[in-house]
Amino acid sequence: MNSFRTEQGGRLCRDRPLGFTFEGRTLQGFKGDTLASALLANGVCLVGRSYKYHRPRGIMSAGSEEASALVGIDRGEGRFDTSTRATTQELFEGLKAVSQHCWPSLRFDAGALAGLGGPVMSAGFYYKTFMWPESFWERVYEPVLRKLAGLGRAPVATDPDIYSSRYAHCDVLVVGGGPAGLTAALAASEGGAKVILADEQSEIGGDLLSTPEVQIDGQPAWNWLKSTAQTLASRDNVTILTRTTAFGYYQQNFLGLVERLSDHLGAARPGSPRERLWRVRARRVVLATGSIERPLVFSGNDRPGIMLAGAAKTYLKRYGVRVGQRPVVVTAHDSAYASAFELAEAGVEVRTILDQRAHIPAHLSKRADRLGIEILAGHTIARTCGHLRVSAVYAASFDAIKGGRKISCDCVLMSGGWTPSVHLFSQSRGTLKWREDIGAYVPDVYTQNAVSAGACDGDFLLSEALNRGAEAGGLAAGATGFEPGGQNRFGVAGEFPLSAASLEESTHATAAARGKAFVDFQHDVTAGDIEQAVCEGFHSIEHVKRYTTTGMATDQGKTSNLNSLAIASEALGRGAPEVGLTTFRPPYTPTSFGVLAGHSRGKLFEVTRKSPIDSWAEENGAVFEPVGLWRRARYFPRDGEDMHRAVSRECKATRTSIGISDASTLGKIEVVGPDAAEFLNRLYTNTWTKLGVGRCRYGLMLGEDGFIHDDGVVGRLAEGRFHVTTTTGGAAGVFAKMEDYRQTEWPDLDVWLTSISEQWAVIALNGPNVRKLIAPFIEGIDLSKEAFPHMAIREGKIFGVPTRLFRVSFTGELGFEVNVPSAYGLAVWQRLMEAGAEYDIVPYGTEALHVLRAEKGYIIVGQETDGTQTPHDMGMDWAIGRKKPDFIGRRSLGRPDMLVPNRKQLVGLLTTDPAYVLEEGAQVTAENTSAVPARMIGHVTSSYWSETLQRSIALAVVEAGRKRIGGEVYIPMPGTVYPARVAEPVFYDPNGERLNV
Amino acid sequence: MSHFSFPSLLAKAMGANKGWTRQWAKPQPKSRYDVIIVGAGGHGLACAYYLAKEHGITNVAVLEKGWLGGGNTARNTTVIRSNYLYDESARLYEHALGLWEGLSREINYNLMFSQRGVLGLAHTVHDVQILKRHIHANRLNGIDSEWLTPEQAKAFCPPLNISACARYPIVGASLQRRGGVARHDGVAWGFARAASARGVHIIENCAVTAINRGAGGEVTGVETTRGTIGAQKVALSAAAGTSGLMEMAGLKIPIECFTLQALVSEPVAPVFPCVAMSNTVHAYISQSDKGELVIGAGTEQYFSYSQRGPLHSLEHTIAAVCEMFPLFTRLRMLRNWGGSVDVTPDRSPILGLTPVPGLYLNAGWGTGGFKATPGAGHLLAFTVAQNRPHTINAPFSLKRFQTGRLIDEAAAAAVAH
Repeated sequence: MNSFRTEQGGRLCRDRPLGFTFEGRTLQGFKGDTLASALLANGVCLVGRSYKYHRPRGIMSAGSEEASALVGIDRGEGRFDTSTRATTQELFEGLKAVSQHCWPSLRFDAGALAGLGGPVMSAGFYYKTFMWPESFWERVYEPVLRKLAGLGRAPVATDPDIYSSRYAHCDVLVVGGGPAGLTAALAASEGGAKVILADEQSEIGGDLLSTPEVQIDGQPAWNWLKSTAQTLASRDNVTILTRTTAFGYYQQNFLGLVERLSDHLGAARPGSPRERLWRVRARRVVLATGSIERPLVFSGNDRPGIMLAGAAKTYLKRYGVRVGQRPVVVTAHDSAYASAFELAEAGVEVRTILDQRAHIPAHLSKRADRLGIEILAGHTIARTCGHLRVSAVYAASFDAIKGGRKISCDCVLMSGGWTPSVHLFSQSRGTLKWREDIGAYVPDVYTQNAVSAGACDGDFLLSEALNRGAEAGGLAAGATGFEPGGQNRFGVAGEFPLSAASLEESTHATAAARGKAFVDFQHDVTAGDIEQAVCEGFHSIEHVKRYTTTGMATDQGKTSNLNSLAIASEALGRGAPEVGLTTFRPPYTPTSFGVLAGHSRGKLFEVTRKSPIDSWAEENGAVFEPVGLWRRARYFPRDGEDMHRAVSRECKATRTSIGISDASTLGKIEVVGPDAAEFLNRLYTNTWTKLGVGRCRYGLMLGEDGFIHDDGVVGRLAEGRFHVTTTTGGAAGVFAKMEDYRQTEWPDLDVWLTSISEQWAVIALNGPNVRKLIAPFIEGIDLSKEAFPHMAIREGKIFGVPTRLFRVSFTGELGFEVNVPSAYGLAVWQRLMEAGAEYDIVPYGTEALHVLRAEKGYIIVGQETDGTQTPHDMGMDWAIGRKKPDFIGRRSLGRPDMLVPNRKQLVGLLTTDPAYVLEEGAQVTAENTSAVPARMIGHVTSSYWSETLQRSIALAVVEAGRKRIGGEVYIPMPGTVYPARVAEPVFYDPNGERLNV
Repeated sequence: MSHFSFPSLLAKAMGANKGWTRQWAKPQPKSRYDVIIVGAGGHGLACAYYLAKEHGITNVAVLEKGWLGGGNTARNTTVIRSNYLYDESARLYEHALGLWEGLSREINYNLMFSQRGVLGLAHTVHDVQILKRHIHANRLNGIDSEWLTPEQAKAFCPPLNISACARYPIVGASLQRRGGVARHDGVAWGFARAASARGVHIIENCAVTAINRGAGGEVTGVETTRGTIGAQKVALSAAAGTSGLMEMAGLKIPIECFTLQALVSEPVAPVFPCVAMSNTVHAYISQSDKGELVIGAGTEQYFSYSQRGPLHSLEHTIAAVCEMFPLFTRLRMLRNWGGSVDVTPDRSPILGLTPVPGLYLNAGWGTGGFKATPGAGHLLAFTVAQNRPHTINAPFSLKRFQTGRLIDEAAAAAVAH
C-alpha cells in the first residue's frame, strides 16, 4: 500500500479489496471506500474541471455538498450517470469512472484556455456582448457557448433500470442519522411510536463515523454507535433507511425521500429497482440534518489538494486515508485544529496552521506546541501555487496581504466554520434567524409540525447534539401520543471543544484577496464577481445569485451560500441578517427523473382504461385511438382495408341493417334523491321536472360563462333517480363539477351522486333491423314503437342479464343502447354478434360514429364546440328551459355579446367539388382570395366522406352562419381556395323519419 | 448608461473589473411622478422603458414590493411564440414577437433571444384537429406556423420518442420556427437599465398599501411602505398581486391565482435543440444555454397564492417528459420551484383602462406572460400615455367580461398555453 492509506483504522473492510478504474487507470480500494476516498488513497488529486474556466479541481469535501469532484460513472449500456459526486459514490468492484467537461484529457484540457480570458468573463459578461452582428447570436455565439457549457452529458441509450415508489405514514420521521438523529429516533421510538429514520449515507452515524476517538457513556463512540444501531434495528416500530435522502419537505408534513438501492452495487439486479421514492406523511418531523463546513475564500483556493478540514479528518478516521503528506491548515474556526492534530498524530507532517483570528484559545496553542505545529495567528493565505496539485501557499497577515511567506505543501485544509443545514427546514417554510456567534442562520419559527436538533440547529458539540436529539425525539413521541422517552442524558468524554467564530472572521480575507478567490467552486464564481455584481446594482441576494450564478450549480450552494452572503454584505455595507438568504428549493440533492417518474413509464404511464369489450375489439383487429385516458376502437379493418374503406363499410351497414358499437366509455353518473330533478334543473339548461319516469332527454351543460361544457342523455328511472351520461373525456370533470356544486353551492339539496361509469357496459345498436335483432332476447320490456318510443328508458333483461335499455340514437337510425353490468358486457356483446350474423351485423368504431352523427348534424362537444359556443350558436335553443329561474350559465347568456347576430353558428358545408374532403381545422373566409392576411369568419369542425350521400360533408362554425345558408364561402388552403356552399347542418333524414319507427 | 460591448468588457477587465457602474439607479422616491407603475417585473419595466422612449414620459416610478424581476419574470420557462389562434391574440403576441426581434441591440443588453423553434406535439386525433386549426389560422394571419409529420418532428427534435407503441404516440406536430426562448432575468435587468438610463425611477422594496383617490374618484397617487407618492396615472402590472391592488381601488376583478411549477435538470451538453410542448400530457421542455433542461408543468387544480406546488404534480410532469423523451430518465432534477399565475375567466390577459380614471391595468396573463413582455409593456405604455387602448389591446379590456366578448384561447387549446 502507498503512503496515503493508513495501515489500519477506518471503517473499511481491508480484506475486501475492490478494483476500479478512473480515466482508464486501474486502481484499488476497499469495501467501505467512496470513490473519492479510494482516489485519495491512490494519490489521485485531480478529478475534474470547473464549469467556466476549466480549472483543475480535486476533492473538496467528503459528502453530498461536493461541488468539484464530479465524474461520470459508467455502469454499462444505458447506465451512464453524469455529474456524480465522487464523494458519495460508494466503491464497488469494477467501478468505471471517467472525467467530464474536459478535452482532450483531464490533465491537458483545451478548455482551460478560457481561463486566459478570465477577467473578460466576469459576472454576467454574456449580457454585455455577443450582440454584434445581430444574426451571429443564434448562428455563432450561442452554439459555441452552448457547446462550452453543459458540464455533463445526457444519456444516449435507453435506461434499462426500473424505479419504484412507496407511501409511508409514521408518527415521527427523523431526517439524518448522526448523533442527534440517533438519539431522537431512540427516544421517539421508546414508547412505541412508529419512527422512520432516514440518512443519506451508506450507514447511520453521521459525524460519529469520523470521531471514533470520543467516548459516549463510557464506551468508544463506534461501540456506542453499534449498540444504538442494534437497539433501533431490534424495535419493530422503527424503520431505518440508509442511502436515503429526504429531498423535499412539502405541505402538511409530507416529505419526499429517495432510497438508492443499487448504485453502490454497480447495476441493479434484474427486476429490482435502482431507486425507490418514499412519499412520507409524518405526524412530526425531527430534522437532524447536521451542518456543512464552509470553505475559506482566498486567492487560488480551488487547486486540487485544497479541501475542507473536516473532510480531511473524515478521510483519515473513516476511510483510513491521509489526504496529503505535508498539509497546511488555514482556518477561522477551532474545528480545523482537530483535523490538524489527528493528522499529526497519524504521522502526517503538519507544520503550520494559519488562523485568521487574532486570538487563539490557549488549549489549542498548547496542544499545537506539543505536536510541533506552528500557529500563525491573524494570518491567511495570500495565494497558492501548483498546477494540477497545490504545491505551496503564501502565508500573510491581514496587514500585509501581498507577498507573504512561502510554505510548500501538498494539501491545504481549510475551515471557515460550519453552516447548519437548514434546507429542509426552509423548504417547510419555516423562518430563519441569524446567529452572530456562529455566523450562520438557524431555524426560528416553525410553520409545520417539526423540530430541529443538533448541528442543524446550531448546536455543534457532540454532547449537545446527543442530548438535544433525545429531547426532540422524546417531545415528538409525546406530541404524537406516546410515552416520551429520552429522559437520560448522554455523557461524552474526549470531545474536541469548540469556541465561536464569526462569519466576518472567516471571510475577512476576501476583501484583500485578489485574483481567483472562489466562492462557488463549480460555477467559478469569485469574490470579485460578487463584488462586481453589487457594484453594478445587484443588491438583493437573489439578484447577486442570479447575476453571478453563485449557488446555482449542481450543489445548489451548499458550501457557497454563506460566503456569498458574507461578501455581498461586506460590499453592501449591510449586516448579513439584512441581506438575507436566497430561497432553499427542493431537491436537497439532485434527484433522478427516473425515480420521480417511478412506475409511470411505458404502459404504466397514465394507465390505459379499457372497456369490458376491449379484448373483443383487439382480437378482431380494431385500430384504436386514445380518447382521454381510454382507448377506443376507431375502426375495424377487414382484409387489408384502409380507414376510409373500413369506415364506409361500417357506415353503410349501420344505415342499411345493423351496426354495433362499444359505448362503455361514456361517463355515467347516477343522481338520486328527492331533489335530484331540481339538482339537474340547476346544472343543465333543460327542464327535468316534467320529464316522465321512463323517458330520456338530451341534456346540455354550460359553464358559468354560458358556453357549452358537456352534453349527454339523461334517463329518469324513478321519480328521484336519474341515469346521467356524459362525454367520455368529460366524465371526471363533470362529476367533480357536480360534487363541487352539491357540496359548496347547494348543500340544501337532498341529492347524492354515484359514478357508475365502470358499473355498466354500454352496447350501442343502430340500424333498421335492431329491434328485430334484440326482440327475442329481451324480457320484461315491450319493444313496440308505441310502448317504447324514441328517447325512452326501460329496465328489464337481455339474455337473462339485467339491463337498462335506452332507446336513443347518435346515428339517426333506430337505436338502442344496451346497458348491462360490466361483468356481462363482453358476453352480451358476443351473443349479439352471433345473433346478428343473420342481419350481417357490423361492428363500427369511433370514426364511423363520427361520420354517422355528422350526417345528422349531431354535435360533439369539444369538436364542434371549443368552449366558446352558446346553445344558440349550435342551433340548440330548444334545449334551454326558458321558464326555469336559473341554471349554470344562464346569467352569462344574457350578456350583450352573446346575443349579437354575427356570432359563429353551426352550419353544414358542401364543397363545390363533392369528392374533396376538407381538412378539419381549415379556416373559412367570405372572400375568394388567397391573400394574406385574410379575414377568417369561421372554421371547419368536422369533415368526412359520406358513403351514404356519396359526397363529402362538413360541419363548420361560421359568423352569422345561418344567414349564409345557401350562399358560398371559401376555404383557402396552401395553393388552392376551395369554394363550398353553406347548408343546413343536417345532411340526412332531416325530418327524423328513420328514428321514429 | 455606459455602453456594453466586447471592447467595454475588455477595458473593464484590464482594470480588474473595478470600474463597473450600477445598471440601474437606486433613487429615493420623489413625492410625485407623472406615472407610477406598480410591479417591477418584465412587463412593468418594459412599460416604463417604452413610456420614456416612445412617449417622452420620463417622470415615471416603477414600484416593486420585493426585488425587481422577482415574480413570474424570474420563475417562468422562457418560452416565446406567437402562434395563437384568434386574430386578437395572434396580433397581440405577434406584436410582442416583433419587438423581441432586435430587442437585445435596441436596449444594449444580450437577452439571449434564441429563435430555436417551438414544437406543439399532437398525440390524438383531437390534437391534430386543434393544431391544424391553429396552423391554418396562423397562416392566414401571416404568422409562421407549419405542420410536421412525426418523422419531421423527430428530425427537428432528435430525443423525441415517435414510437407508435408509446402510450400517447406522436402523430404530428406544429412548428413555429420564429418561436424560441430568451434569458428571463436578463429581460428584467435589461429593461430596468434601459428605463433607468432614460430617467425612470425604479424603487425596490416599496410595497403599495393604498391607492389614493380624488374627489371625483380619480387616482391621485399611492400610499407605500416608503411613504405617499402622488401621480395622476397609476398602472398596475402585478400579476398575482393584482386582485389585492384592485381592491384598494374598490374594484373586484375576475382573476383567480393558481400555482404553476417548473424545474431544471443538472446541466448537460447540448441535447435538446428546440422547445417542445404537449398539451395532452401537460409538459413542456427546452434546454437553456447553460445546459439545464427547463421543464414546465401544468397549473395546479386549486386556487392558491402559494409559490410552491405539491410533489405529485411534479412527478406527473417528469413522467410525461420521460414518456416523450425516454432517454432522460437518468438525468437528475436539480431545482424545482413554483410561481403564482393570475388567470382570467377566458385565460386571456386584461390590458387597458379601468372604471377608475387614471388607473390602468395589465394582468391576467396566466401562464403566458413572459412571451408577451415587450409587447405588454409597449401597449400598456401607449394606453397610459394616450389614456386609451391601442387597437391591438382594445379587445383585451376588462369590460369584455360584462359584454361577453371573450377571447378564449385556452378553451381551444384545452390547457395552459
